[in-house]
Amino acid sequence: MSRIGVFVCHCGLNIAKTVCVGELAHFAAGLPDVVVAKDYRFMCSTPGQDMIANDMREHRLDRVIVTACSPLMHEHTFRKVIEKAGLNQYMLTIVNIREQVSWVTGDVEEGTTKAKALLNGAVYRARLLAPLSSRVIDVNPDVMVVGGGIAGIQAALELANTGKNVYLVEKNSTIGGHMAQFDKTFPTLDCSACILTPKMDAVLQHPNITLLTYCEVSEVKGYVGNFDITVRQKARYVNHDKCNACLACTEKCPGKGISDWDEGLVKRKAIHIPFPQAVPQRPVIDRDSCTYFLKGKCRLCEKVCEQKAIDFEQHDSFLNFKVGAVIVATGYDLMDTRPLVQYGYGKYPGVYHALEVERLFNSAGPTSGKVTMRDGKEPQAIAILHCIGSRDKNHYEHCSRVCCMYSLKFAHLFREKTSADVYQFYIDIRAAGKGYEEFYNRIIEEDVKFIRGKGTRVAPSVDEPERLVVEAEDTITGKFVRLPVDMVVLSPAMVPRNDYKEIARLFNLSTDKYGFFMERHPKLAPLSTMSEGIFIAGVCQSPKDIPDTVAQANGAAAEALTIVSRQKMELEATTALINPASCCGCQNCVRVCPYGAPFFNEQKGVSEINEALCKGCGLCASVCPSSAIIARHFTNEQVLAEMEGLMEF
Amino acid sequence: MSQAITPYLEMSQAIMEAGGEALKKCYQCGTCSGTCPWTQITHFNIRKLVRYGQLGFDGIEDFMWGCSTCKFCVDRCPRGVEIIDIVTAIRNVYSGGGLLPQSLRAFVGSLSARGNPWSGDQTKRNDWAGQKYPLYAPEMEYLFWTCCTICYDPRNVRIAKATAALLNETGVSWGLPTVEVNCCGESVRKVGDLDLFARLKQKNLEYFQSQNITKMITVSPHCLATFNKEYGEDYTVMHFTQLLDRQIKEGKLKPKKDFGGVKVTYHDPCYLGRHGGVYDPPRDVLKAIHGLELLEMERSREQSMCCGGGGGGLWMEKLKGERLSDLRVEEALATGATVLATACPYCITMFEDSIRTLNVDDKIAVKDIAELLLESMEINIDEPVEDVCATD
Repeated sequence: MSRIGVFVCHCGLNIAKTVCVGELAHFAAGLPDVVVAKDYRFMCSTPGQDMIANDMREHRLDRVIVTACSPLMHEHTFRKVIEKAGLNQYMLTIVNIREQVSWVTGDVEEGTTKAKALLNGAVYRARLLAPLSSRVIDVNPDVMVVGGGIAGIQAALELANTGKNVYLVEKNSTIGGHMAQFDKTFPTLDCSACILTPKMDAVLQHPNITLLTYCEVSEVKGYVGNFDITVRQKARYVNHDKCNACLACTEKCPGKGISDWDEGLVKRKAIHIPFPQAVPQRPVIDRDSCTYFLKGKCRLCEKVCEQKAIDFEQHDSFLNFKVGAVIVATGYDLMDTRPLVQYGYGKYPGVYHALEVERLFNSAGPTSGKVTMRDGKEPQAIAILHCIGSRDKNHYEHCSRVCCMYSLKFAHLFREKTSADVYQFYIDIRAAGKGYEEFYNRIIEEDVKFIRGKGTRVAPSVDEPERLVVEAEDTITGKFVRLPVDMVVLSPAMVPRNDYKEIARLFNLSTDKYGFFMERHPKLAPLSTMSEGIFIAGVCQSPKDIPDTVAQANGAAAEALTIVSRQKMELEATTALINPASCCGCQNCVRVCPYGAPFFNEQKGVSEINEALCKGCGLCASVCPSSAIIARHFTNEQVLAEMEGLMEF
Repeated sequence: MSQAITPYLEMSQAIMEAGGEALKKCYQCGTCSGTCPWTQITHFNIRKLVRYGQLGFDGIEDFMWGCSTCKFCVDRCPRGVEIIDIVTAIRNVYSGGGLLPQSLRAFVGSLSARGNPWSGDQTKRNDWAGQKYPLYAPEMEYLFWTCCTICYDPRNVRIAKATAALLNETGVSWGLPTVEVNCCGESVRKVGDLDLFARLKQKNLEYFQSQNITKMITVSPHCLATFNKEYGEDYTVMHFTQLLDRQIKEGKLKPKKDFGGVKVTYHDPCYLGRHGGVYDPPRDVLKAIHGLELLEMERSREQSMCCGGGGGGLWMEKLKGERLSDLRVEEALATGATVLATACPYCITMFEDSIRTLNVDDKIAVKDIAELLLESMEINIDEPVEDVCATD
């Protein structure tokens, strides 16, 4: 005989408007073993919690059922309530009559009937619940940050400043990310390098940060508190311990490769540093453009290097790190706009994308900060086209959030550095941010022309073949505009890094339909993921500006600290268990587990489960042909009993 | 007089109920109007049409007839707005109120009375064939669906003959429809007369079902699009260029004659390209002809510019300077081509008009793909064409 208490929550009108909560409580009171059943407006409120605790004592309850919202919301709350009142926390059952009932029906009768069915099933199952004890594990105090842009830099510095050891992994040969490509930042027009390079240097100097550039994560094992991560150090062909950054090698090198850092606008040497303030200030050799690797002879760099730092025999190497938490901050790419043939990117030399223009403005860029085009001329008229591939169901539905503002910044810099007329072709100007509307006003007063209408076509001018024509409708007057210009700047959609699938696989992250990493909750857990101990920050989560990215990085650092500041942590007790007597050794469980928890014990000929890795999802139990796997808290008996209760309706 | 204007949401509601539901999705970015070829040369503005529809503003009738349903805006629209459905719905709501323009009345009246838009005698629908080809019978593979325009319009009758002669060479079995069939109804549907469209369609469906017809070859891309989109799932419809392309690639049709370097540019009909997704077969047919140099215009394939003949445009009078077909002919001339090839009777009609009014018929000729291929096969079908139109 169990003594079950049922507590039905109204959730204001969220539940009560489509489920007759009084009737539901009355129904519960009539079920066998239910000794008390009540309904209340907000069960999660302090009076609601107190009511449960008092009834537990008064009626000597040994099982508690709360019919309310999703267990993702308040399971933790009510577990604490019953534990405080002296009951094992796993004797709680949550029946979700909000997300699964009231929010998905408008029919009161249907809603109430479904709620009764779910509750009936829960009572059947509750009778068979057993107390479980949580596991306590040791926590590794170190953190890994993946991605060395402004998000990763900020998160690493925050953590390191609290005394934690941080491994900062960056796939390029320098940290800095996209922000290091910019010349100025909106809306204050701060010099980007002036505010970023101190932080880059602080990373290099920080005793608690291990900087791993030219590195990529290749394998992730383990679980929250105890991740075991393998990092591939790509061969640099330069011994960085010996190199003293004299850069004589980069002067002599005859190899020419495309400069990714300058968005392909110029060539760079095969042995190179991407830009003068690169951190670390150490060159790498790009195999694909190195004369020695291509033709088998040259080695000029080796001859000029007094430090004997050049090492053509270097290979990729693998490094192992153990950490308690991970922050993923892998950033973004710009959408490839070549498939949008109407804009002529890649076809007409006068068409540029936003990052190329950032490099043109930058004094360390391919034109030393002068706005000259691919033909060497200064533009006389410039059109900036907003929303290219963004806010577009044919490509990316999201607003990329920063394009309006950087397009305004471009207009300012063009006006400052050239005598060109500047036109913005926009749909809406989104200037929601501190100082952003003021910046918009300032740019309007700088006599930049705003044409409200999406740019629809870029074509060579018929009258002046070396110029371009931008076509659009000025929707304010309804006039069709054909504007002759010299330069067209596209503001393309911000999209996830091209290797987002690999990162998502390694860290077991889910993504939205475009590949941005999914947060655990869009409002209340924007930096956590469904993989415990893995946090996200910056544009890899969704497009955002630098202030928001930095705020997220600080937040992710704090989230990571909540794990690594503890020496031990409690894990869910709802794990799977294999009964070796009935295991047939088929290893189905080993194959299906997404967390790598089951493994095959060759000696015994049976599978076993590493409980530290098990998340209790139950996949293994469902594929076990001999029913040897018991999913604790979801045993076959418990699930079948619940089904029986449901089937009575 | 007050300049204030009040939204008339009942009208907006009526448009949505007539199939213009997509009104709600538009955010007025101007992609459609910036893409639409008409915006550059007429006062027609597709974005404004949608805007007036959203709020039910008076004055919508001033530009509701401008659209030629070329689908360029639909393909570019960032909100996925089915703009052609909106145009059709607006025309349906307003033409129901007696606002059909004069120039469209003859064509709609003819469709209603004779089942074809050309005031043609229905009993003479198959006269162009001169008893040379059989009517469709159930043991045949394909129905050769002859567009009304190729049956009645003297210029287009040549295309009917060319296509039929080529079909005979392909080795497939095919037959003509009975003279009692109606126009597929595409244009009248786009003009907004949904009831008349339903009547035309019903009679055709009865004929298809009575003969167990499931596979069809069309000459007009407009028929192709209509059968595919509006006639249900039971029919496999193919454009004749697709069949010819296939037969050439399988070695069943062999072009012989060498054209000696003649320069040809190909105009993608909107209903074959953007509506039908057929871009390569007509080009591949042209490429199979010896000594034919295929040149592309600046705007081709998905970016092709409309001739202006769709959406009822074929029957509407346009002033000089407001004709898309004139611009397109100029674009074709700019490539250096001496032949403007296409694969749609409406485009043929529009371009034939333009080359004459532009006085360039000595510089460039308008040819259907079928005519060019037939010539390359060295088959001669030249014979006098009898005018079977009652009013032409």
